[in-house]
Amino acid sequence: MPEVGSAPPVGRSAGGAPEGVRPGRPVDPAGEIPLLRRLWSGGHLLPDGASGGPAHPLIRLLGRWVRRPLLPAARLWRRNIQLRVVATTLLMSLGVVLLLGLVVIGQVRNGLLDAKRHAAQGQAAGGFQVAEQMADRNSAGRSGDGADARGRVGQDAASWLNQLVEQLASGGKGAYSVVALSSASGDTPRVVSRGARVSGDVKQDSVPAGLREKVDEGRTTPYEQYGRILHRRSTKSEAALIIGKRLNDNHGDPYQLYYLFPFTQEEKSLSLVKGTLATAGVFVVVLLGAIAWVVVRQVVTPVRMAAGISERLAAGLLQERMKVTGEDDIARLGEAFNKMAQNLQVKIMQLEELSRMQRRFVSDVSHELRTPLTTVRMAADVIHDAREDFDPITARSAELLWGQVDRFESLLSDLLEISRFDAGAAALEAEPIDLRDVVTRVVDAAEPLAEAKSTRIVVRGAEQPVMVEADARRVERVLRNLVVNAVEHGEGRDVIVRLAAAGGAVAVAVRDYGVGLKPGEATRVFNRFWRADPARARTTGGTGLGLSIAVEDARLHGGWLQAWGEPGGGSQFRLTLPRTAGDALRGSPIPLEPEDSRRNLASGRGAEATGAPGAASREGAGERLAAVPAQPKSALSGADLPRLPGGAGLPTPTADPTALPGNGARVVPRGAAQGTPPAPGPRPGAVDTAVDRAADTAADTAHTTSTEREGRPRGR
Amino acid sequence: MKGRVLVVDDDTALAEMLGIVLRGEGFEPSFVSDGDKALAAFRETKPDLVLLDLMLPGRDGIEVCRLIRAESGVPIVMLTAKSDTVDVVVGLESGADDYIVKPFKPKELVARIRARLRRSEEPAPEQLAIGDLVIDVAGHSVKRDGQSIALTPLEFDLLVALARKPWQVFTREVLLEQVWGYRHAADTRLVNVHVQRLRSKVEKDPERPEIVVTVRGVGYKAGPS
Repeated sequence: MPEVGSAPPVGRSAGGAPEGVRPGRPVDPAGEIPLLRRLWSGGHLLPDGASGGPAHPLIRLLGRWVRRPLLPAARLWRRNIQLRVVATTLLMSLGVVLLLGLVVIGQVRNGLLDAKRHAAQGQAAGGFQVAEQMADRNSAGRSGDGADARGRVGQDAASWLNQLVEQLASGGKGAYSVVALSSASGDTPRVVSRGARVSGDVKQDSVPAGLREKVDEGRTTPYEQYGRILHRRSTKSEAALIIGKRLNDNHGDPYQLYYLFPFTQEEKSLSLVKGTLATAGVFVVVLLGAIAWVVVRQVVTPVRMAAGISERLAAGLLQERMKVTGEDDIARLGEAFNKMAQNLQVKIMQLEELSRMQRRFVSDVSHELRTPLTTVRMAADVIHDAREDFDPITARSAELLWGQVDRFESLLSDLLEISRFDAGAAALEAEPIDLRDVVTRVVDAAEPLAEAKSTRIVVRGAEQPVMVEADARRVERVLRNLVVNAVEHGEGRDVIVRLAAAGGAVAVAVRDYGVGLKPGEATRVFNRFWRADPARARTTGGTGLGLSIAVEDARLHGGWLQAWGEPGGGSQFRLTLPRTAGDALRGSPIPLEPEDSRRNLASGRGAEATGAPGAASREGAGERLAAVPAQPKSALSGADLPRLPGGAGLPTPTADPTALPGNGARVVPRGAAQGTPPAPGPRPGAVDTAVDRAADTAADTAHTTSTEREGRPRGR
Repeated sequence: MKGRVLVVDDDTALAEMLGIVLRGEGFEPSFVSDGDKALAAFRETKPDLVLLDLMLPGRDGIEVCRLIRAESGVPIVMLTAKSDTVDVVVGLESGADDYIVKPFKPKELVARIRARLRRSEEPAPEQLAIGDLVIDVAGHSVKRDGQSIALTPLEFDLLVALARKPWQVFTREVLLEQVWGYRHAADTRLVNVHVQRLRSKVEKDPERPEIVVTVRGVGYKAGPS
């Protein structure tokens, strides 16, 4: 126990107070923080040295187990600003209240202790004085008796001490106790035998030994110390201030007189103050939390409202507005927001109106142009039918008129179709259809043209149904376009229509072996009014919009229309549609570049022999050069093989559902492709041209890109 | 085959041209250019077929179509400049049997008109049953429990086509060819709309059809007798 000098400074007495005086002392959290921190940071409890390897599974499990219930809370914490502010306010006000409480309690205790000590010191000084006076008086009264009276004096001294203690103690019932002890220094051996005198049921052990020694040494100075009063009849003790002094009794023998002042009253006062402070503190914290909640609510509610309304605005509910009350910042936010929403709504409505007018205009133009065109067309027909009766010039004019009216008509209808796409007025009417039926119809319709060009149209992959959710009218239009184009540019060679389905996609590829496409043309073919060669004669007089419309049709389905071609090696157009309308495409069942492309034929043999067609074209140049001409896999009879200028057979493109090549937008490294050796054996007629065209071919494939990525074709 | 055709069109040039073509093919055209006068002209001329332009001054074509259909089952072929779904479907739902989009070839028009007129020329005594309906093909009547149901000639043809081969599922293309006389597949919306119209007349509950059953992904077939 700490000792206090005779006049200890006030500040020290607080710090040096015995622990029993402060039962409500907060527990020092320092011992727990490292553990918590480790739990938070690492999620495991291993000491740092042991965490070198992966954490023990059990500990990881424990960490997860601890963290899992925390995750929703953490998410709420991140997302809810109100919760954050209220929690922070609560924590901070709790800290402030605790600090305040500690300071106030410290002050109060110091004040109480000081007052008590002053009172006690006064009381004790008075008591000591009385004891000295009594001793003096007694010794003065007996001085005449002489030395013979000495034997009686010992008894007298004991009873005198008894009397003294009782007299002194009677002055302060409960406020203090008095203890008289023999002086340990023992100037006279008699004194040792003298017993202790104690008032009430206080144990004489209450006076600490250290104090007794000091009192003995101090002779005449009073000493004080904080200690505890022990009771004889009960085990409970109470904190007290003990003041002691060495005095001489009526015989002039020294003894020690102690005053013990219990802090009962002070402790009561202090606990009352603590209770009051705690109650007030709890109220303050709770109230502050509530206030923070209310205040934050005032700010957060409009913000949340604004957020909700912006979401609804974004979802297209343009008439949504914030409720504005008052003139504060929140109201200004609301007004600004509403103004923005208003402007947005007006703009969008203007745009919608424009779009509506555009569509209306297109529709009106359509009607206004079509009616006279119908008359012209019928008149042209009548004249055309009667042309045999005319002179040759008029008859030829009638033919020209008839033909050009036809062309004008298809141009008009294509233009209207395009403008319908542009206006966003095109609607998809998807229903489950079998692509084979569509292909059959398209091929049947193209048969007359194919016969005129002495071209055969071969359909592959039509062994089983190819079901897809699509707009039959549009798909048919696309395929008709592709097939007619292929026949027209196929130069009399076979046109192969391939069907395949795999994963969530179906595809139709139309392959021709005609003039093909120059580098870069694979994307340009879809541009409006684009023509492969402006100098070339327009034999069939397409409108130049067919492929643009086809791309739009494919896009409406969420599908792809892509082109591949090599100069002189023909081209392939591939339509890929999601099997279920609205699904996203991830790949196509048919590779965009056919297996029988010159490049694949020249380089892909080795890989093809190992059963990985298509993959070879993406390998390095080394493998390509090392490619060994092998017998091409042919799944079909020779009769089905396309007739080529050289007359030799080709490896037939078989529908390989596993060959999902992605979007076809692959880029072939130029350097690698230039190392391509000339096309081997099977196409002797092409060998002479293959060498100088190999580079072109590679470049062209590199230009083969997905039309989906390019967005709308140019020329809007 | 002589046929009186009423041409309802406000464009005089087109009407005249139509007249030339129709006369050339042996029809007897009569003309009216105003929607308001169309019904009176229809009653007066009693045509075998009506060629109706959808865009008319006064009453529009849809309204005229509805009025004519209300009092007669005579075939109506719409002339329309709009091939958009909504316009076509509205026209078909108002009672037109077929439509033809401007600009059309004269031969195409004549073929359509012939196809609409042809069916009334071949009466063969035949009794068919579909569901709980009894069809008298020659008498052109459909009866349920002796109660006769009024159908337009086209709807009647559609029903008969289905009833003749109750075991067969008809694709829309096949129906287009058999009922409308289209050689090459055209617009399957024609079939859809007319099946709906037919169902609204012959089905007890058009929401759950029992006479004309949809075979999803394929087409339609006759319900079990």
